[in-house]
Amino acid sequence: MATTQLRAAATEPQPTEESVGVELRGVTRRFRSSRGDEVVALRGLDLSAADGEVLAVVGPSGCGKSTLLELLAGLGDPDEGSLAAGGTSSREGRLAACAYMPQRDLLLPWRSALANAALALEVQGVPAAAARRRALPLFERFGLAEFAGALPAELSGGMRQRIAFLRTLLAGRPVLLLDEPFGALDSITRAAMQEWLAEALAAEPRTVVLVTHDVREALYLGTRVAVLSPRPGRLVAELAVPSESPRPRRETVTDPAFTALEEQALAALEPPRP
Amino acid sequence: MTAARRLLPPALLLATGVAAWQAVASLAAVDDLTLASPTETVAALADDLPLLLDGALVTLLEVVLGLALAVVFGAIAAVGMHLVRPLRRAAYPVLVASQAIPVVVLAPLFVLAFDYGLAPKLAIVALICFFPVTVNLLDGLRSVEPDLLKLMRSLGASRLATLRRVELPAALPSFFSGLRVAATVSVIGAVFGEWAGADEGLGRLVLLANNQLQTPRVYAGIVLLTLMAVGLFLLAGLAERLAVPWRRTEDAEA
Ligand SMILES: Nc1ncnc2c1ncn2[C@@H]1O[C@H](COP(=O)(O)OP(=O)(O)OP(=O)(O)O)[C@@H](O)[C@H]1O
Ligand SMILES: [Mg+2]
Repeated sequence: MATTQLRAAATEPQPTEESVGVELRGVTRRFRSSRGDEVVALRGLDLSAADGEVLAVVGPSGCGKSTLLELLAGLGDPDEGSLAAGGTSSREGRLAACAYMPQRDLLLPWRSALANAALALEVQGVPAAAARRRALPLFERFGLAEFAGALPAELSGGMRQRIAFLRTLLAGRPVLLLDEPFGALDSITRAAMQEWLAEALAAEPRTVVLVTHDVREALYLGTRVAVLSPRPGRLVAELAVPSESPRPRRETVTDPAFTALEEQALAALEPPRP
Repeated sequence: MTAARRLLPPALLLATGVAAWQAVASLAAVDDLTLASPTETVAALADDLPLLLDGALVTLLEVVLGLALAVVFGAIAAVGMHLVRPLRRAAYPVLVASQAIPVVVLAPLFVLAFDYGLAPKLAIVALICFFPVTVNLLDGLRSVEPDLLKLMRSLGASRLATLRRVELPAALPSFFSGLRVAATVSVIGAVFGEWAGADEGLGRLVLLANNQLQTPRVYAGIVLLTLMAVGLFLLAGLAERLAVPWRRTEDAEA
């Protein structure tokens, strides 16, 4: 398997105009609930990730993590503040710069695994057969070749998530937005998937914003971890993860430095005592 | 094996029904002119088979062409209403109201307008079948999860690419539900059409036989019409299984 330096591309944050990272400044997003009252999902959020960085965002359920990714992906605009991805701040620009992997795999049940991944190319105008030919090497590289012809219903949850990730990769965008890619998996599969993703990102380095509510996952996969408050989501802590990676997951999570960071993150997540 | 087990309950029910029918028809109090027994019906079927089949062929043509028209126009209407929201807002209530028009009353008017031939029958069958096809297809198109549409948008898919690659395939099961309903009511439409004015067809044959007090022939005609409707229903189910292989439909067991 690929064991290139996962964080080789991680550099000092350089929020220049040319940066293909992401940046949020004072982002506020409100919704109107079905009962008509106002829900503030995000309030004055500042966040940034430099080119090639893996920014992990942790926060309690409902604090606006998915909202944050949708805004970055260009699927909506903030009510206040500004955000940029891949060097552009327009909605169309963000739409073109980001590949968004939603919280659920959303594979099309009538398409094989390969055809599902190839969808990302097909909608860009690549003919179906050519799109599949181009997707196949990725399946081989990530050990999924034998599942290429299977329908989603025949695949395990972990496998479906991998296919969804390959679809996201094949979109060919500089920025990946991953919304709890392993949220629905059991802890054993989840651990295996985290190692798989670390390797995949090492082989295909991108700027990544990874949303999760698992602190360990954030620390293991991220070069930096942003901790959000309960709704409305604000930044309450930012932790830099020392980049002595990539490491086998089990070794890493038992490392004293790692557990210290985990303590910090968990403390930041804890609601303030009255 | 499972097929046999699945067919057993309806077969038993049908056999019970036929037995009861035979018993009631044999009662002295029941007039032969009101109710032909199953045996008389089968005899009429055998005797008049060429005549009945000729009529059935005409009716079947009306039904199949009318259904085809309904599918074509229903698909155009559903996709149009799906893509153009103002059109949906305007047309949906009209579509529902159109269902309240009694087709029995409309049929003679169609015959007046289109004359005796095939056209008025097609119009009536298509009119009856248009509603279930359109409404079910439209519901299917609209049932796609919002998250999936977001994903398509983020992948850079155009509206038409999303329609073709996501919404239309996702709407197929719902479309076929509509088609199954349409298939069963289509035969009724054709019979209405023929009653309003025709010189051939199974519906007309039944009407004539009724006027001539040939009750067994009436029943034989009804049996054939029923078989036609059931056959079309099964065909629609088969087409669904071929077109929607990823979905093991549990409700296609009829
Ligand atoms: N379209 C919407 N309409 C109304 N309210 C919304 C909408 N989208 C999100 N919200 C609200 O905004 C808040 C943040 O939602 P979001 O999905 O971003 O949370 P999350 O952090 O991703 O949660 P989870 O960890 O459970 O996925 C929630 O309270 C949610 O109810
Ligand atoms: Mg979420």
